[in-house]
Amino acid sequence: MEAVNAVKAPALEVHDLTVAFDRKPVLWNIDLEIPQGKLVGIIGPNGAGKSTLIKSIMGLLPLSSGYCKLFDESIDKVRHRISYVPQRESVDWDFPVSVLDVVMMGRYGKLGLLKRPRQADIDVAMDCLKKVGMESFANRQIAQLSGGQQQRTFLARALAQQADIYFMDEPFAGVDAATEKAIISLLRTMTANNKTVIVVHHDLQSVSTYFDWVILLNTRLVAYGPTERIFTQEKLQETYGGKLTLLSDVGDLIRRENFPNRE
Amino acid sequence: MALVSDAISHAVLPGIVLAFLFSGSRDSLTMVVGAGILGLLTTFLIEFFHKKAKLQSDAAIGVVFTWLFAIGVVLISLFAGKVDLDQDCVLYGEIAYTPLDMIILENGNLLAPKAVVVMTSVLLIIGIIITLFYKELLLTSFDPGYATAIGFSTAFWHYLLMGMVSATTVASFESVGAILVVALLIVPPATAYLLTDNFKRMLWLSSLIGVIASASGYYLAVWMDGSIAAAIATMSGVLFAGAFVFSPTHGLLKRKLVRAMN
Repeated sequence: MEAVNAVKAPALEVHDLTVAFDRKPVLWNIDLEIPQGKLVGIIGPNGAGKSTLIKSIMGLLPLSSGYCKLFDESIDKVRHRISYVPQRESVDWDFPVSVLDVVMMGRYGKLGLLKRPRQADIDVAMDCLKKVGMESFANRQIAQLSGGQQQRTFLARALAQQADIYFMDEPFAGVDAATEKAIISLLRTMTANNKTVIVVHHDLQSVSTYFDWVILLNTRLVAYGPTERIFTQEKLQETYGGKLTLLSDVGDLIRRENFPNRE
Repeated sequence: MALVSDAISHAVLPGIVLAFLFSGSRDSLTMVVGAGILGLLTTFLIEFFHKKAKLQSDAAIGVVFTWLFAIGVVLISLFAGKVDLDQDCVLYGEIAYTPLDMIILENGNLLAPKAVVVMTSVLLIIGIIITLFYKELLLTSFDPGYATAIGFSTAFWHYLLMGMVSATTVASFESVGAILVVALLIVPPATAYLLTDNFKRMLWLSSLIGVIASASGYYLAVWMDGSIAAAIATMSGVLFAGAFVFSPTHGLLKRKLVRAMN
């Protein structure tokens, strides 16, 4: 495994993390540290445990062993600094709420018990909708949205939290190319403001242009670190080893020398 | 999820019987407590079998409530055969008798039918809980994964909601029977769901539809000289069918019309 010099004041630390379903390990002995203000991609084949990794960091799944720290605190102390964009399929889009209702949920954590959202919260929510280009859909019922619009609604909800670290599970699934570009530039402005964004991603083509850092995962951690150092032919083969169809994808990529170093 | 109320309404039976056997009285408070505990146990068991044993949720509901209900029936036939806890009464209730069960004040005046007092208190308590915790209940129902991630206790709000369902079920089925409880818990919200896209409006609308079904069902029963509970359930079904066909947002006609125009 690629050793990385100790990261100073990491946003995220994972130590000896193992997660198993029915005694079959899905993640095996993961150790990593991610600095603040980076756009990080989690890359690996299907079933590599990419979603499981972010879910277990957030404490949504029981850990078999190990622990995680965010901003040097246990997760429950810093929940208000964490935001999450779940996979689009995880909710019922026929639920009778509007786009604005969903984005307002991003404010609930800040409000606390017994407090109702105020005009200031609505302003934040509308501002976030504007950032994802959805302000004209605010009063639309969520069942009437396209896949890409649903994804942008979730993104606006996460933004409305004004968190410090964002976990996103396949935010580009079912999103058209123009939206994907818009989302990426939005994520870039976030990381420029020292927000940490961790994205589960499966499109190898775009990895080197999108992410500052990558985590290569296939049940165990293959490597993690700055993209230009880690996203190499050798490491990718190690990650996707045995998956022939994907290997040929990787081969194509390498042939086109599609890995320019980031300046 | 809708069928959880169905499950609770049947599964509370052993709770009622046990409460009766331990206290030896048919005092409604002990019965409500016994039934309430069983109601929460039911939701807990359903969750448990669904999550831990990886049973589909409908299968988990089916296993839990038939089992608990059967235990209730066995307990009745074993220990309480001579007492008036008969299964017809539990299942179908008899709403016509509720006015006879009056609360009598110490000076001998009649206050109000007991069912009215009990149900009004339940309505008030649930109304207050929904008003105070609207956003938590909405968030955890819509997206439990996200709610947990940002620090809301999904389990707590889930059991609070299920606790309210069991309280409602237990309080109402003494007067209207298990089947009408289910009809009124599920059909009016399902009807309202077809009529609006707004969650708050849906809550108000389902209460209104429940009232309309009850009132019209009562007069239907008087006119037919038949069972009140059955007439109310029938009316809620009729209202649902009406919404299914004529709803301005999701109705069959509207969808046909939209398709024809395209």
